[in-house]
Amino acid sequence: MGTVTQEPTRGGQLGRLERLPWRRIILVVLSVLILAVVLVGAYRTLTLPEDQAYSGARWRNFIILGLAQGSIYALIALGYTLVYGILRMINFAHGEVFMFGAFGAFFFADAYEESGFLDSNPIASLAILLTVAMLTSMGVAVLLERVAYRPLRNAPRLVPLITAIGASLFLRETARGFFGPQTRGFGVPTALEGTWTIFGIPVDRIQVLVLVTVIIAMTLLSLFIARTRTGKSMRAVAADSEIASLMGIHVDRVIVTTFAIGGLLAGVAAVLFSLTFESVNFFMGFRPGIAAFTAAVLGGIGSITGAALGGILLGLLQSLGPALILTGYEIPSPFQLKDAFTFFVLVLVLIFRPGGLLGTGDAEKV
Amino acid sequence: MRDRRYLAILALISALTLVAAACGDDDDGGGETAGTGGTAATGAVDCEADEFGCVEIAAGAPIQVASLLSISGETAFLGTDSNNGITLAIDDLDGSLDATPGQVLGHDVELVQEDDGCSAEGGQAGATALAANPDIVAVIGTSCSSSALGVADTILGDKGILLFSPSNTNPGLTSEEAHQPFYFRTAHNDLIQGAIVADYVFNELGIDTAATINDESPYADGLAAAFRGRFESLGGTITAEEQVNSADTDLGPVLNSIAEGEPGAVYGPNFNPVCALTATQGLDILSEGTVQLGSDGCLESAFIETAGELPAGYYYASSPDLTVFAEGAFYKDEFLPAYQDQFGSRPTAVFHAHAYDAANILFQAIEEVAVDDGSGNLTISRTALRDAVQSTADYEGVTGVITCTPLGDCATDVTIGLFEYPNWPVEGGEEPADAVYTDTKTLEDVQE
Repeated sequence: MGTVTQEPTRGGQLGRLERLPWRRIILVVLSVLILAVVLVGAYRTLTLPEDQAYSGARWRNFIILGLAQGSIYALIALGYTLVYGILRMINFAHGEVFMFGAFGAFFFADAYEESGFLDSNPIASLAILLTVAMLTSMGVAVLLERVAYRPLRNAPRLVPLITAIGASLFLRETARGFFGPQTRGFGVPTALEGTWTIFGIPVDRIQVLVLVTVIIAMTLLSLFIARTRTGKSMRAVAADSEIASLMGIHVDRVIVTTFAIGGLLAGVAAVLFSLTFESVNFFMGFRPGIAAFTAAVLGGIGSITGAALGGILLGLLQSLGPALILTGYEIPSPFQLKDAFTFFVLVLVLIFRPGGLLGTGDAEKV
Repeated sequence: MRDRRYLAILALISALTLVAAACGDDDDGGGETAGTGGTAATGAVDCEADEFGCVEIAAGAPIQVASLLSISGETAFLGTDSNNGITLAIDDLDGSLDATPGQVLGHDVELVQEDDGCSAEGGQAGATALAANPDIVAVIGTSCSSSALGVADTILGDKGILLFSPSNTNPGLTSEEAHQPFYFRTAHNDLIQGAIVADYVFNELGIDTAATINDESPYADGLAAAFRGRFESLGGTITAEEQVNSADTDLGPVLNSIAEGEPGAVYGPNFNPVCALTATQGLDILSEGTVQLGSDGCLESAFIETAGELPAGYYYASSPDLTVFAEGAFYKDEFLPAYQDQFGSRPTAVFHAHAYDAANILFQAIEEVAVDDGSGNLTISRTALRDAVQSTADYEGVTGVITCTPLGDCATDVTIGLFEYPNWPVEGGEEPADAVYTDTKTLEDVQE
C-alpha cells in the first residue's frame, strides 16, 4: 500500500552513465560556454557608453521590481513544494487556487472602494482582504484535494498529475463562467500609492508591503513546520508516509493541512499580486502558476527554503536578466525574451543540478 | 457511502457550473420579421463559369451570413461590439432600427457566429469551420488582424468566400504582397492611424522623443511601425522599441528599461489588458510628465474598468472619429440610441459602425447580384458578389464615404480622433466624449 513508488534501479544505471568521461566533458564545455556568454553579455552591458547605459537608479528599480515579483512567486511556489514534499505530486491547479483567492478579495475590494472604506481604513480593509483571499484559496485547495486528488491516492503517479491539469482547466473555466472574461481593476488604498524612502531610496509602497508580508508569511511558515505538532507530522509524512501512519499520524489529515497551508499562502500571494498589478482576471493564475512551479523546481522541489530562493531568483532573472545580459549583445526588444530567458535557466539547472539548487542531488524526474 | 458524498459534491459543482453558464449572454430574441427588401433579377446564372461556384438559397430559406469575430476571452469587447453592429444592420434592412430584423430579397438573414479567438489559431479554426459550410454567402470578420493575416483570408479566399473585416487594421492585409482577392475591410489602414498619432505627439503636444511598446500581434506591431516611421520623418527621435507578450502582467521591468531613454511619450498600440497595465504601471515608473498613447484596441470599456483613475493629460487613445461625417447625425441620433436600447449599454469598442457599414455594403451587393429563378429560389455567384463589393464607390456609410480599392481597403479617406482619458466614447467613459484632436488623411497621404 505504498503511496510513493520509487524506481530503485534507475539511479544505478544513470550513475554509471554519468561516470563516463565524455558526458562530463560535454557538461564542462557547455557550462564554460554559457558562463562566458553570460559574463561577456553582462560586461558589455555595464561598459556601454554613458548615454546608452542604464543609470544606477534603473538598476535599483530592476532589482526592487524583481524582488517584489519574485517574492510573490515564492509564496505560490511554496504551495507546489509543500504538496510535492508530501504527495510527490505536482498540483497544477495551484495557479487557479491563487486566482480564486484574488477574486474573493476583489469583490470585497470593489465594494470597499465604492463605499470609501478602502481609503479611510486602509489597514483594516487590507486585513479583511487578506483574510478573505486566504479563506477562499484555502477552501478551493481543500475542496480540490477532497474531490479530485483523494480518490486517486493509490493510483499511479501519472493519474493525479493529469487530474490536476483537468482540475486546473475546470476551475479556470468555472471562473470565466462566474466572473466573465474581462480584466477588472483592483482597488488600491490611497495610503499605498506613491513611495516611501528607505535608506535614501524611494521604493513603491506596495513593493514594501509585498516584501514585508512575504517575510512575515515565510517566517510564520518555518516556525509552524519546525515548532508545532502538526508541522512535525507534516515532516514525518514527507519523510515516509507509511511509517508515519504506523506511528499513529493521521496521514489524510496531514495532507489536508498541507493543501490548506498552500492555499493560505496562495491567498496572501493573490492579494499582493492584485495590489501590485491593480487588476484581476480569470486567466491570472496560469502564468504565475507556471512561473512558481519553475521557481519550485529551480530551488529544489520539496524544499521550502528552495522554493523561497527559487522564487526570488526567478523574479530577479526576469527583471534583470534581459537588461543585464541581452542588452550587451544589442538584441532588439530584449524584454520580449523574458520568458525564453527564464525557461532557459530552468533547463540549465535541470542539466547541471537535476534536483534543483537546494535539492538533495538525487535526480528525480519531475 | 463515501462515493455518495463525492457524488453529492460533484453534483453541487456541476449545478453551479450550469447556473454560471445560464448567467451568460442571452441570444437576441427572434422577433417578427418585417419588410421585404427589393426584388432580385430573374433568370439563370452560369455557375459553371464561376471558378468558385454559387450559393443556392431555396425559397423561404434564410440567407446565411457569418461573423468571425472575437467574442470570447480578453478581447470579447471588441468582437461583441462589431457583432452588435451587424445585428443593427440586419435590423435596419426594413428601414427602421426597431429591433425587428428586415429581409434581403424576401429572405431572412441568418447570422452564423464563429469566434476568431483574436489569434491565428482561432482564425484557423473558425475559418475552417465556415469554409466547410457551402451555405455561407460571406463572412464579416475578423476582429483581430492576427486571425485574418495568412489564415482566415487565405482559407476563406481559397473557397471564394468573401471576408469583410470591420476591425482589422494591419497594413499587411491589404499590401501588394499579401492581399487575398476575397478580402476587404471597412476598418482603416493603420498607416493612417499611426501617422495621425505621430502628428499629434510631434506637432500638437510638442514632444520630440518617443518610445513604442507593443505586443506580438500583427496589429500592434504594424501600428507601432507606422507610428515610428512617421514620427522619425517628422524629425522626432525614437528612444526605444520594446516588445511584450499579450499575456504579460508584469510590465515593470520593460517600462523601467524604456524610462532610461526618458522619452516624452510612450506609444503602446495594444489590446487590453496590456494597454491598461502599461498605463497604470507606467505611472510609477516613467518620469513625471511622460504622456502615454494607445490605439483603438485600447479604447474599450475594459481599459476603464482596469485602469480606474489616471491623472489628466496622461493617457490618450486614438480611434476613428465618427461624429464628423455627413451621416454623423444618423449615428448620434438613431444608431447609438438603438444600440443602447437593444444591447443595454453604450458601445464597448469603436468598430460597431464599421461592422454596420460592412454588413450594409454586403447586403447591397447581394441584392445586386442575386438571381431569382422566379419562384423565390436565389442563386448568388461568388465571384460576382466579390466584384460587386469591389466596385463599391462613394458609398455614404456611417464611417464616411466608402470606396473599395483593388487591394481591399474600403476606408480610404479616414478621420482619426484622439480622445483624452477618461473622456472616451465608450461605456464607462465620461462625457463630453469629444476628440481633443481630429485629422483626416487618405491612403495616398501616408503611402510614400
